[in-house]
Amino acid sequence: MSRHVVAAVGEIAPGDRKLVTVRGRPIAIFNLGGEYFGLLNRCPHQGGPMCEGKTTGLVQASEPGKYLYSKADEVIRCPWHNWEFDIRTGQSYCEPDRNSVRAYPVEVTAGAALVEGPYVAETISVNVAERYLVVDV
Amino acid sequence: MNVQARQTPTTAAASKLAIADGDIHPTRKLASEFDPWLEKRWRDDIATFGTRQRQQWQNAPAYPKAQPNASRRDAYPPEGGRQGSSLPFMQQQHLDPNNVALGILNPLGTGQGLQNIDMSIALCHATNEWQQEYWTKPDRRLRASVVVPYEDPIASAKEIRRYADNADFVQVFMLSRTSEPMGSRKYWPIYEAAAEVGMPVGVHAFGYGGNPMTPGGYPSYYTEEMVGHSQAQQSGLASLVVEGVFARFPSLKMIMIEAGFAWAPSLTWRLDNAWRRLKQETPHLTRLPSEYIRDQVWWTTQPMEEPEPRAHLRDAINWIGWDRLIFATDYPHWDYDDPATSLPLKISEAERQAFFIGNARNVYRGV
Repeated sequence: MSRHVVAAVGEIAPGDRKLVTVRGRPIAIFNLGGEYFGLLNRCPHQGGPMCEGKTTGLVQASEPGKYLYSKADEVIRCPWHNWEFDIRTGQSYCEPDRNSVRAYPVEVTAGAALVEGPYVAETISVNVAERYLVVDV
Repeated sequence: MNVQARQTPTTAAASKLAIADGDIHPTRKLASEFDPWLEKRWRDDIATFGTRQRQQWQNAPAYPKAQPNASRRDAYPPEGGRQGSSLPFMQQQHLDPNNVALGILNPLGTGQGLQNIDMSIALCHATNEWQQEYWTKPDRRLRASVVVPYEDPIASAKEIRRYADNADFVQVFMLSRTSEPMGSRKYWPIYEAAAEVGMPVGVHAFGYGGNPMTPGGYPSYYTEEMVGHSQAQQSGLASLVVEGVFARFPSLKMIMIEAGFAWAPSLTWRLDNAWRRLKQETPHLTRLPSEYIRDQVWWTTQPMEEPEPRAHLRDAINWIGWDRLIFATDYPHWDYDDPATSLPLKISEAERQAFFIGNARNVYRGV
């Protein structure tokens, strides 16, 4: 496992996402109010590109007419078949025991602490004072 | 929402098995794309009054869709327009990477099933010319369907014969929710003409017959409409068999599109069972219902049933026959089936060949 710079912090606004490729793997990086999460950009159902899905929340009902809405904008819905996954954990809420999307830890690291990765040279050279998003793959 | 980056689809797939796709939905970027084939009278009429489907309350799909235009959110062409409105993007996202060697165009939202029959006739003809101009001429992998104004079967038969010698057209296209049961003799001129020109009749889910989409009335949810397609197709197929359409037109081929297929064995078993006991009612049938179906009906695969465990799918396909299913993606719609992942079974090379392309080559004319 190695660490890879994928973006500068300011590149992804809260609520946005960015598709990156790390060691050949397409990974969608999400900013949830300043917290960053990475998901493999392939839905475990049929491979839909998760990065192009709509974010939504989790609707649950204990009985008809009683609804609980939680995780607002923290659930990504596959752009193909509407499978829903928790951006924080990759957990599916349709069939949580079976389907989950591979989650990658994303952390914010100071520029000086970075090791090599596909974008290191370019990014460091122009943004040495910035903070970067790195993923471990 | 802001998608900052789009993955570039792979552009070449020469190493992949060539496939046929029995259900591709092209759409217009602009409504005016039909104009060259619409008389001014109809352009004015549509601008003034719009198109009116045979359904209550609204001029839109009866149930709101789960995705915009019922289509994949990743299928918007980069140059703008609805999903399915750009041939170059369809090539880049679907036809090239999936190695689609034969793609059947099934245009929806055109003019089928409109209240105004003359408008329906005009729009269906414009749709057919448009398919050729915008899709089949520039991409020879694509083949068109003769979209017919099926509530006027005489006009439909005329439209079918108009394309009798045009090799770009390989199928007659109807929707499953007709105003009368599909085997009703009102529609026989359509089947007669299709059999005569050697085109199968494809019956696609949806339509606006003016009836509720379930036998129990109007359901509340889109989920019910989705599963209701198999109910509509079953009613249609039973009607075609029992009314004697297959007996009357033995060279007619029918393709059931986008309504599932695992229901076919149980419908067939029940039809045989009932007919054996009641056949004095329908002496025009000389064979078991299952025999007509076995000889004259095909199914497209999408949306593929997903039983648990998946291996049960093999039972359903075995009952129907590996020679009866035509692989389809439904591109660009949201319930798209990906050719690489949607049939999670170990299958033989012969089965793969039949399922993904061979059956299509057998059923569509001249491909």
